[in-house]
Amino acid sequence: MPSLKSLRLRINSVKSTRKITSAMKMVAAAKLRRAQEQAQAARPYAERMERMLGSLSASFAGNEGAPALLAGNGRDKTHLVVAVSSDRGLCGGFNGAIARYVRNKTKRLIAEGKTVKILGVGRKARDMLRRDLAGLIAPGSDELGRVVVFGRAQDAARRVAQMFEAGEVDVVTIVYNRFKSVISQIVTEQQLIPFAPPSADKASGDKAKAGASGADLAIYEYEPDEAEILAKLLPLNLSVQVFRALLESTASEHGARMTAMDNATRNAGDMIDRLTLNYNRTRQAMITKELIEIISGAEAV
Amino acid sequence: MADTVEFELVSPERLLLSRAVEMVVVPGEEGDFGVLPGHAKLISAVRPGVIEVYEGDKVTDRIFVAGGFAEVTAERCTVLAEIAVPVAEIDRGRVEQDLRNLIDELAAAKSDDDRASVASKIAVAEGMLQVVSAAR
Repeated sequence: MPSLKSLRLRINSVKSTRKITSAMKMVAAAKLRRAQEQAQAARPYAERMERMLGSLSASFAGNEGAPALLAGNGRDKTHLVVAVSSDRGLCGGFNGAIARYVRNKTKRLIAEGKTVKILGVGRKARDMLRRDLAGLIAPGSDELGRVVVFGRAQDAARRVAQMFEAGEVDVVTIVYNRFKSVISQIVTEQQLIPFAPPSADKASGDKAKAGASGADLAIYEYEPDEAEILAKLLPLNLSVQVFRALLESTASEHGARMTAMDNATRNAGDMIDRLTLNYNRTRQAMITKELIEIISGAEAV
Repeated sequence: MADTVEFELVSPERLLLSRAVEMVVVPGEEGDFGVLPGHAKLISAVRPGVIEVYEGDKVTDRIFVAGGFAEVTAERCTVLAEIAVPVAEIDRGRVEQDLRNLIDELAAAKSDDDRASVASKIAVAEGMLQVVSAAR
């Protein structure tokens, strides 16, 4: 049976752990609200952007001169997977889910005979994937920083674009946790290059159909001209989509951390109850034992 | 046909405006254009300038935008701006201060990339100043 002193020490240590986890929960809750607002505020922009690009790409469908960022470079050999994670841990299965998804995807792609490169955004992605996929991680993976700013997304997007233009990669996908609710984050995969409007994913298999609806959309006028607008819009779209992924991921991270810390706080509470019960019982047993010793001593006299 | 257009102005940070209006004047890359209901479908780049929203023959909102794109269809007009600030919220002193800082930054910038990004920021700040001085 553990001594009273060691029990007391454990109770105290669990109590301070509980203080820390509950403080972290509060901090996550406060940050979550901000991140959530930011993520939701950014959604309309990204959606409009997607819609605009969707109609633009429809008007370019079947056109030879379509820019590479839009139509891809015709190859399907090297895949770049951008894994968005957090900088810090202690947020439940948040980073694990991303790492698992990326690992499976990588295995699948390699099994298909393709080359895979990984660009980690956020420190945890790199740390977690380094163990078994070290050779695949592209240089330039780095930390997220404390606050998500558009400039940060632009940097990441620029790096992706550079790799694409240099012919190092052919297809780019981004994997991030989409924020659904505080307790539920969904690992989402989005193709960045070539551009694929998510709504048109299924229709793209049926080229004839896409062409028919494209004709309806293709009567836009362009000012200055299509090529010039596309040249500006495509890199911007890349940044915007990365930015959105970062924001969603940040909101998800805080949500996941809040849930994880809430659970940890509750577990610590349960543990304290159990330990306290144990402590009291031990104390009582000691008292009883001492009483028996005194009484039997007195009887012996 | 409805006599209003659904006007939406979004920046990466937020949705600034989304409502039905009578007319919007957008500073396009190749000149300002007004959008009334039933406008031809158009996608245009936007240069730094002021978007004016008209309701009942009066300007109800003036918003400074810096770069972006406008998508116009018969029923709606969507402006995706990289930066969007209502003219009333521009703080002249701050912009002037920013501009001075940026000019210093330009002098300190080393690579061409840095210089280009600072130069575009300067253009935005100058555009803002122009708008503010014109309003007063």
